[in-house]
Amino acid sequence: MKMTGAEAVVRALELEGADLIFGYPGGAVTHIYDALHRSDIHHVLVRNEQAAAHAANGYARVTGKVGVCIATSGPGATNMITGIATAYMDSIPMVAITGQVPLSMVGRDVFQEADITGATEPFTKYSYLVKDVNDIPRIFKEAFYLASTGRPGPVLIDIPKDISMATLDFKYPDQVKLRGYKPTYEGHPGQIKRMAKAILESSRPVICIGGGAISSNATPEIIELAETIKAPVASTLMGIGAFPGDHELSLGFLGQHGVYAANRAVSEADLLILLGARMGDRATGKTQEFAQRAKVIHMDIDPAEIGKNVEIDIPIVGDIKTTLKELLKKNISRQDWGWLSTVKKWKAKTEGVGHCTQGLNPMEIIKMLSDMVPEDTVLVTDVGQHQMWAARYYKTRKPRTFLTSGGLGTMGYGLPAALGAKLGCRDKEVILIVGDGGFQMSLGELATIVQERAEVKIMIFNNGYLGMVREIQQQLHEERYYQTAMQGNPDFVKLAHAYGIKSFRVEKEENILEGIRQLLEYKGPIIGEFVIDPTANVIPVSRRDNDETTRISSAG
Amino acid sequence: MKQHVLAVLVENHPGVLSKVSGLFSRRGFNIYSLAVGITEDPSISRITIVVEGDDYTVEQVTKQLNKLIDVIKVSKIGQDSVTRELALIKVKADRKSRHEVIEIINVFRAQIVDIARDYLIVEITGDSDKISAMVDMLNDYEIKEMVRTGAIALDRGSKMIKYEDTDRGGCFNGNNVL
Repeated sequence: MKMTGAEAVVRALELEGADLIFGYPGGAVTHIYDALHRSDIHHVLVRNEQAAAHAANGYARVTGKVGVCIATSGPGATNMITGIATAYMDSIPMVAITGQVPLSMVGRDVFQEADITGATEPFTKYSYLVKDVNDIPRIFKEAFYLASTGRPGPVLIDIPKDISMATLDFKYPDQVKLRGYKPTYEGHPGQIKRMAKAILESSRPVICIGGGAISSNATPEIIELAETIKAPVASTLMGIGAFPGDHELSLGFLGQHGVYAANRAVSEADLLILLGARMGDRATGKTQEFAQRAKVIHMDIDPAEIGKNVEIDIPIVGDIKTTLKELLKKNISRQDWGWLSTVKKWKAKTEGVGHCTQGLNPMEIIKMLSDMVPEDTVLVTDVGQHQMWAARYYKTRKPRTFLTSGGLGTMGYGLPAALGAKLGCRDKEVILIVGDGGFQMSLGELATIVQERAEVKIMIFNNGYLGMVREIQQQLHEERYYQTAMQGNPDFVKLAHAYGIKSFRVEKEENILEGIRQLLEYKGPIIGEFVIDPTANVIPVSRRDNDETTRISSAG
Repeated sequence: MKQHVLAVLVENHPGVLSKVSGLFSRRGFNIYSLAVGITEDPSISRITIVVEGDDYTVEQVTKQLNKLIDVIKVSKIGQDSVTRELALIKVKADRKSRHEVIEIINVFRAQIVDIARDYLIVEITGDSDKISAMVDMLNDYEIKEMVRTGAIALDRGSKMIKYEDTDRGGCFNGNNVL
């Protein structure tokens, strides 16, 4: 069928099942927008291109589909870079489309030209600069395939304006031919056998799950594994939700800001099973001291992650779900000789939330919220102290319901990601916890929330500080608080009113419950501002709790 | 530090070399030399990279290269191989010194490819050590200009580095790990 490059882009998106995309138009993509306008694809107009990428990220995480975002050339594309890098670090499937100046002008520094394929090289799984209109169907087919298979990630397609205007005979391929890309899904039988043997020989096994467990949709297999081999389950920040937080074998959040039980169990374990966890520095602390007593099994679809950060005894390259299914066919059931009751004792020690005198206790609020929300609620966080509190005290019960910028730690992620998440699952409650700092990085998206009638429930934890940095200044810079007090903060309640969003403020402890109830009951977007004790810290809690955590906590 | 030679088969299209070299600088790997050219299959280029580093580094380089979509295969060239570099050297050789220079060139079985009143250009192929040895000798006669290529290498005998349709991108299940 004859059509223009722009129409081919839209047709390809339709064929890939992209029914919802996020973007911001501009000179280099007007033809694509004109073709979009004639399509059934719903385009969400954000207020900044970075938000388009974050929203696509939130949408992709809750749905498991590929998120799509689009921006114009030059500044549109460069604004999107942070969002692309955020998705790359967290392995989120995404296709980012950017306009480019006409091919004949490329390289001449013309108006709104930026080398975006070059600029995003380190943050994309792959990128394309379309040089021939006839390549559009193949490139889109490959891009969606690359983004969603193997270790997922963002793929960028840069389309020069003259390419979107040119015509082609559209034929969508049904296969991709990429000889340099053949991800390994099935774990090696020999390695699985070794794994089974190690499990049977262990007396203190611990499972540690990461983001790969969620991408692989392996929750049922992980539950079965944990119950069969009687191993407690710790989670990295990205793995939260892959194992039910209220399961009796759940240890919770591992790492520098993690909970006592998880850190203690990992350091005492004689067998550590890593499932789709890349064991970044925040999860391991000093790698020489990490899980010293344990034999380590690492299962990951990306061979490059195995042995990168921690030394491994049994590597298994493969998809978590597929490989665990094979493992579970073997006899791996083992008897527990008191390991679980020891772990249970450690777990009992993690519950303290400390005292706050100069404002609300943020940990208390998160615990209350956790008890009150429906099971399938999606919790989105921004980055900072509240993120760590949420990871520690909120019990995520289902996969794909805890959304956070784990790898890159992008402030400003929360609000647009919550928007994308809500549009991806309107039937679920979507709650955003965000600090006063991160909220102001992307508050323009309140307009998008109103425009899309997205019922996002926003909890602003306002402590008037960039709390995480303030905490570092307190502990490592002798309390020289410089450039962390957020002077000039707006009245968030009035600000919400200006957008026509219902809002309220909670300052007294006795009103917390009522505030959360109001958030949950209201039909429509709503903002609750919680005035938090600025002296509440993340680290001392774990330091007080245990020396094991102290060893792996080095703020910075 | 130990040197390792890697043969990397890549898709022969624009931008691939920058992806490969970008990876090295981004991840802090050191390239000692790099040479790229077409292979018996015109759709595939072969990059020969000499890297310096310990076993951990080489394993990381290999895995990260394999992750690049345009990289079809990464193989390590072992001891039992033929490695060659090419150098062109413009050395001062006037009436007084010409004979001595030519003698050295002959010892190394190198070739004179240009000669003028006061200078000549030598072409030499060989492994890195051989070329360095000749450079060392010619230094006594004033080397005015020199260019050297990166190393290229082939395994000896029947061992071959080729793309086959059954290949899984060089990442067999755990086999190439550790």
